[in-house]
Amino acid sequence: MKAHLTRRYQFPASHRLHRDEMSDAENRDVYGKCNNPHGHGHNYAVEVTVSGQVDAKTGMVCNLADLDQFARVNVIDTFDHANLNCLPAFAEKVPSTENLCIEIYDIFKRGFTRAKVEKIRIEETSKNSFEYSG
Amino acid sequence: MIYLTRKAEFAASHYYHNPEFTPEENQRVFGKCSNLNGHGHNYTLEVTVKGEVNPQTGFVVDLKELKDVMNREVVDAMDHRHLNKEVPEFAKAIPTTENLAIVCWQRLQPRLKVAKLHRVRVYESPDLFADFYGEE
Repeated sequence: MKAHLTRRYQFPASHRLHRDEMSDAENRDVYGKCNNPHGHGHNYAVEVTVSGQVDAKTGMVCNLADLDQFARVNVIDTFDHANLNCLPAFAEKVPSTENLCIEIYDIFKRGFTRAKVEKIRIEETSKNSFEYSG
Repeated sequence: MIYLTRKAEFAASHYYHNPEFTPEENQRVFGKCSNLNGHGHNYTLEVTVKGEVNPQTGFVVDLKELKDVMNREVVDAMDHRHLNKEVPEFAKAIPTTENLAIVCWQRLQPRLKVAKLHRVRVYESPDLFADFYGEE
Protein backbone atom coordinates (compact mmCIF):
# COMPACT_ATOMS: atom_id res chain seq x y z
CA MET A 1 0.00 0.00 0.00
CA LYS A 2 1.19 3.46 -0.87
CA ALA A 3 1.82 6.01 1.88
CA HIS A 4 3.35 9.47 2.08
CA LEU A 5 6.04 10.33 4.60
CA THR A 6 6.99 13.88 5.56
CA ARG A 7 10.12 14.85 7.44
CA ARG A 8 10.86 18.34 8.76
CA TYR A 9 14.32 19.90 9.03
CA GLN A 10 15.33 23.34 10.25
CA PHE A 11 18.23 25.64 9.53
CA PRO A 12 18.93 29.35 10.02
CA ALA A 13 20.35 31.32 7.09
CA SER A 14 20.56 34.89 5.85
CA HIS A 15 19.64 36.44 2.54
CA ARG A 16 19.03 39.70 0.74
CA LEU A 17 16.52 40.12 -2.07
CA HIS A 18 18.17 42.27 -4.68
CA ARG A 19 18.70 42.33 -8.45
CA ASP A 20 21.67 44.15 -9.97
CA GLU A 21 19.64 44.79 -13.15
CA MET A 22 17.30 47.07 -11.24
CA SER A 23 18.06 50.50 -9.79
CA ASP A 24 18.37 50.96 -6.03
CA ALA A 25 14.99 52.68 -6.03
CA GLU A 26 13.37 49.81 -7.96
CA ASN A 27 14.95 47.23 -5.65
CA ARG A 28 13.61 49.06 -2.60
CA ASP A 29 10.23 49.38 -4.23
CA VAL A 30 9.99 45.67 -5.15
CA TYR A 31 11.67 44.03 -2.18
CA GLY A 32 11.04 46.55 0.62
CA LYS A 33 12.72 45.62 3.92
CA CYS A 34 14.14 42.48 2.30
CA ASN A 35 16.43 44.70 0.22
CA ASN A 36 18.38 45.96 3.27
CA PRO A 37 22.00 45.98 2.00
CA HIS A 38 23.26 44.12 5.06
CA GLY A 39 20.80 41.25 4.64
CA HIS A 40 18.65 39.59 7.26
CA GLY A 41 17.91 36.02 8.33
CA HIS A 42 15.26 33.40 9.02
CA ASN A 43 14.89 30.09 10.77
CA TYR A 44 13.82 28.09 7.75
CA ALA A 45 11.82 24.87 8.25
CA VAL A 46 11.92 22.52 5.27
CA GLU A 47 9.41 19.70 4.93
CA VAL A 48 10.19 17.02 2.37
CA THR A 49 7.38 14.65 1.39
CA VAL A 50 8.20 11.30 -0.22
CA SER A 51 5.88 8.50 -1.26
CA GLY A 52 6.03 4.83 -2.14
CA GLN A 53 4.77 1.36 -1.34
CA VAL A 54 5.18 0.42 2.33
CA ASP A 55 7.75 -2.39 2.43
CA ALA A 56 6.16 -5.36 4.25
CA LYS A 57 9.47 -6.36 5.78
CA THR A 58 10.29 -2.97 7.30
CA GLY A 59 6.94 -1.17 7.46
CA MET A 60 8.63 1.77 5.75
CA VAL A 61 8.28 3.85 2.59
CA CYS A 62 12.01 4.44 2.88
CA ASN A 63 14.46 4.26 5.71
CA LEU A 64 14.36 7.51 7.64
CA ALA A 65 18.08 7.21 8.36
CA ASP A 66 18.75 7.30 4.58
CA LEU A 67 16.52 10.35 4.13
CA ASP A 68 18.12 12.14 7.10
CA GLN A 69 21.63 11.33 5.85
CA PHE A 70 20.80 12.62 2.35
CA ALA A 71 19.23 15.78 3.78
CA ARG A 72 22.17 16.44 6.06
CA VAL A 73 24.87 15.97 3.42
CA ASN A 74 23.07 17.62 0.49
CA VAL A 75 20.89 20.29 2.07
CA ILE A 76 21.62 21.10 5.71
CA ASP A 77 25.41 21.16 5.36
CA THR A 78 25.04 23.57 2.42
CA PHE A 79 22.40 25.96 3.72
CA ASP A 80 22.75 25.88 7.53
CA HIS A 81 24.22 29.16 8.87
CA ALA A 82 24.96 30.27 5.30
CA ASN A 83 24.41 33.54 3.50
CA LEU A 84 22.20 32.28 0.66
CA ASN A 85 23.35 35.08 -1.67
CA CYS A 86 26.93 33.74 -1.46
CA LEU A 87 26.03 30.20 -2.58
CA PRO A 88 26.57 29.12 -6.21
CA ALA A 89 22.87 28.21 -6.53
CA PHE A 90 21.96 31.87 -6.06
CA ALA A 91 24.79 33.45 -8.03
CA GLU A 92 22.26 34.40 -10.72
CA LYS A 93 18.96 33.95 -8.90
CA VAL A 94 17.28 35.92 -6.15
CA PRO A 95 17.32 33.79 -2.98
CA SER A 96 13.61 34.18 -2.38
CA THR A 97 11.98 31.32 -0.53
CA GLU A 98 10.18 30.40 -3.77
CA ASN A 99 13.58 29.89 -5.42
CA LEU A 100 14.94 28.11 -2.33
CA CYS A 101 11.98 25.72 -2.51
CA ILE A 102 12.72 24.93 -6.18
CA GLU A 103 16.45 24.53 -5.47
CA ILE A 104 15.90 22.08 -2.59
CA TYR A 105 13.25 20.17 -4.57
CA ASP A 106 15.74 19.76 -7.44
CA ILE A 107 18.45 18.52 -5.04
CA PHE A 108 16.13 15.80 -3.65
CA LYS A 109 14.67 14.95 -7.06
CA ARG A 110 18.14 14.52 -8.64
CA GLY A 111 19.80 12.63 -5.82
CA PHE A 112 17.34 10.84 -3.54
CA THR A 113 16.26 7.60 -5.17
CA ARG A 114 14.91 5.52 -2.25
CA ALA A 115 11.36 6.91 -2.64
CA LYS A 116 9.44 9.27 -4.91
CA VAL A 117 10.01 12.90 -4.00
CA GLU A 118 6.56 14.51 -4.00
CA LYS A 119 6.89 17.96 -2.52
CA ILE A 120 9.03 20.49 -0.71
CA ARG A 121 7.38 22.90 1.68
CA ILE A 122 9.35 25.66 3.35
CA GLU A 123 8.25 27.87 6.22
CA GLU A 124 10.22 31.09 6.07
CA THR A 125 8.45 32.35 9.19
CA SER A 126 5.44 31.03 11.07
CA LYS A 127 3.32 33.23 8.77
CA ASN A 128 4.84 32.52 5.34
CA SER A 129 5.19 29.12 3.71
CA PHE A 130 5.93 27.99 0.15
CA GLU A 131 5.39 24.68 -1.65
CA TYR A 132 6.83 23.22 -4.84
CA SER A 133 5.93 19.87 -6.39
CA GLY A 134 7.76 20.16 -9.69
CA MET B 1 -16.78 19.63 -1.70
CA ILE B 2 -15.66 20.60 1.80
CA TYR B 3 -12.81 18.97 3.73
CA LEU B 4 -12.94 18.80 7.49
CA THR B 5 -10.09 17.73 9.79
CA ARG B 6 -10.36 16.53 13.36
CA LYS B 7 -7.36 15.98 15.61
CA ALA B 8 -6.76 13.54 18.49
CA GLU B 9 -3.71 12.75 20.56
CA PHE B 10 -2.45 9.58 22.16
CA ALA B 11 0.75 8.39 23.79
CA ALA B 12 2.06 4.90 23.10
CA SER B 13 5.19 2.79 23.08
CA HIS B 14 6.60 0.56 20.36
CA TYR B 15 9.70 -1.03 18.90
CA TYR B 16 10.69 -2.12 15.39
CA HIS B 17 11.68 -5.76 15.02
CA ASN B 18 11.35 -8.23 12.15
CA PRO B 19 11.78 -11.83 13.41
CA GLU B 20 12.88 -12.85 9.89
CA PHE B 21 15.93 -10.59 10.18
CA THR B 22 19.12 -11.49 12.05
CA PRO B 23 19.88 -9.35 15.14
CA GLU B 24 22.48 -7.52 13.04
CA GLU B 25 19.95 -6.80 10.27
CA ASN B 26 17.40 -5.53 12.80
CA GLN B 27 20.03 -3.22 14.24
CA ARG B 28 21.17 -2.03 10.81
CA VAL B 29 17.68 -1.39 9.41
CA PHE B 30 15.88 -0.13 12.51
CA GLY B 31 18.74 1.40 14.54
CA LYS B 32 17.73 2.73 17.95
CA CYS B 33 14.09 1.79 17.25
CA SER B 34 15.03 -1.91 17.47
CA ASN B 35 15.59 -1.78 21.24
CA LEU B 36 13.23 -4.55 22.42
CA ASN B 37 12.47 -2.72 25.65
CA GLY B 38 10.60 -0.23 23.48
CA HIS B 39 10.33 3.54 23.53
CA GLY B 40 7.41 5.93 23.16
CA HIS B 41 5.94 8.93 21.40
CA ASN B 42 3.17 11.46 21.76
CA TYR B 43 1.24 10.77 18.57
CA THR B 44 -1.16 13.16 16.91
CA LEU B 45 -3.84 11.75 14.64
CA GLU B 46 -5.46 14.01 12.04
CA VAL B 47 -8.48 12.63 10.25
CA THR B 48 -9.74 14.49 7.18
CA VAL B 49 -13.19 13.71 5.81
CA LYS B 50 -14.85 15.19 2.76
CA GLY B 51 -18.39 15.70 1.58
CA GLU B 52 -21.04 18.16 0.55
CA VAL B 53 -22.49 20.49 3.16
CA ASN B 54 -25.89 19.32 4.34
CA PRO B 55 -28.16 22.37 3.74
CA GLN B 56 -30.27 21.58 6.79
CA THR B 57 -27.43 21.38 9.32
CA GLY B 58 -24.56 23.22 7.60
CA PHE B 59 -22.39 20.21 8.45
CA VAL B 60 -20.27 17.89 6.32
CA VAL B 61 -20.29 15.43 9.19
CA ASP B 62 -21.57 15.34 12.74
CA LEU B 63 -18.33 16.18 14.60
CA LYS B 64 -19.55 14.40 17.72
CA GLU B 65 -19.94 11.20 15.72
CA LEU B 66 -16.48 11.60 14.13
CA LYS B 67 -14.93 12.29 17.54
CA ASP B 68 -16.64 9.24 19.07
CA VAL B 69 -15.43 6.96 16.26
CA MET B 70 -11.85 8.30 16.53
CA ASN B 71 -11.87 7.85 20.30
CA ARG B 72 -13.37 4.36 20.19
CA GLU B 73 -11.33 2.96 17.29
CA VAL B 74 -7.97 4.62 17.85
CA VAL B 75 -7.52 6.53 21.12
CA ASP B 76 -9.15 3.96 23.43
CA ALA B 77 -7.26 1.16 21.67
CA MET B 78 -3.83 2.82 21.58
CA ASP B 79 -3.51 5.52 24.24
CA HIS B 80 -1.01 4.49 26.92
CA ARG B 81 -0.61 1.11 25.23
CA HIS B 82 2.28 -0.82 23.77
CA LEU B 83 1.51 -0.97 20.03
CA ASN B 84 3.42 -4.22 19.37
CA LYS B 85 1.85 -6.08 22.29
CA GLU B 86 -1.63 -4.61 22.63
CA VAL B 87 -2.83 -3.67 19.14
CA PRO B 88 -3.61 -6.88 17.21
CA GLU B 89 -2.65 -5.44 13.78
CA PHE B 90 0.92 -5.02 15.03
CA ALA B 91 1.37 -8.61 16.17
CA LYS B 92 3.01 -9.05 12.75
CA ALA B 93 3.18 -5.68 10.98
CA ILE B 94 5.90 -3.28 12.18
CA PRO B 95 4.32 -0.30 13.98
CA THR B 96 6.01 2.39 11.88
CA THR B 97 4.29 5.73 11.35
CA GLU B 98 3.35 4.60 7.82
CA ASN B 99 1.68 1.41 9.08
CA LEU B 100 0.01 3.29 11.92
CA ALA B 101 -1.62 5.64 9.38
CA ILE B 102 -2.82 2.61 7.37
CA VAL B 103 -4.17 0.82 10.47
CA CYS B 104 -5.99 3.97 11.65
CA TRP B 105 -7.59 4.27 8.18
CA GLN B 106 -8.65 0.61 8.23
CA ARG B 107 -10.20 1.02 11.69
CA LEU B 108 -12.01 4.29 10.89
CA GLN B 109 -13.17 3.80 7.31
CA PRO B 110 -15.87 1.14 7.93
CA ARG B 111 -17.28 3.09 10.90
CA LEU B 112 -17.84 6.41 9.15
CA LYS B 113 -21.42 6.53 7.89
CA VAL B 114 -21.95 9.93 6.30
CA ALA B 115 -18.67 11.59 5.35
CA LYS B 116 -16.07 9.99 3.13
CA LEU B 117 -12.60 9.50 4.58
CA HIS B 118 -10.05 11.53 2.60
CA ARG B 119 -6.79 11.31 4.52
CA VAL B 120 -5.34 9.93 7.73
CA ARG B 121 -2.24 11.73 8.98
CA VAL B 122 -0.25 10.47 11.94
CA TYR B 123 2.46 12.60 13.53
CA GLU B 124 5.06 10.63 15.45
CA SER B 125 6.69 13.94 16.41
CA PRO B 126 6.39 17.52 15.11
CA ASP B 127 9.19 16.63 12.64
CA LEU B 128 7.78 13.40 11.21
CA PHE B 129 4.39 12.37 9.88
CA ALA B 130 2.84 9.85 7.50
CA ASP B 131 -0.24 10.30 5.27
CA PHE B 132 -2.50 7.57 3.91
CA TYR B 133 -5.20 8.24 1.31
CA GLY B 134 -6.58 4.69 1.06
CA GLU B 135 -5.70 2.02 -1.44
CA GLU B 136 -5.19 3.59 -4.84
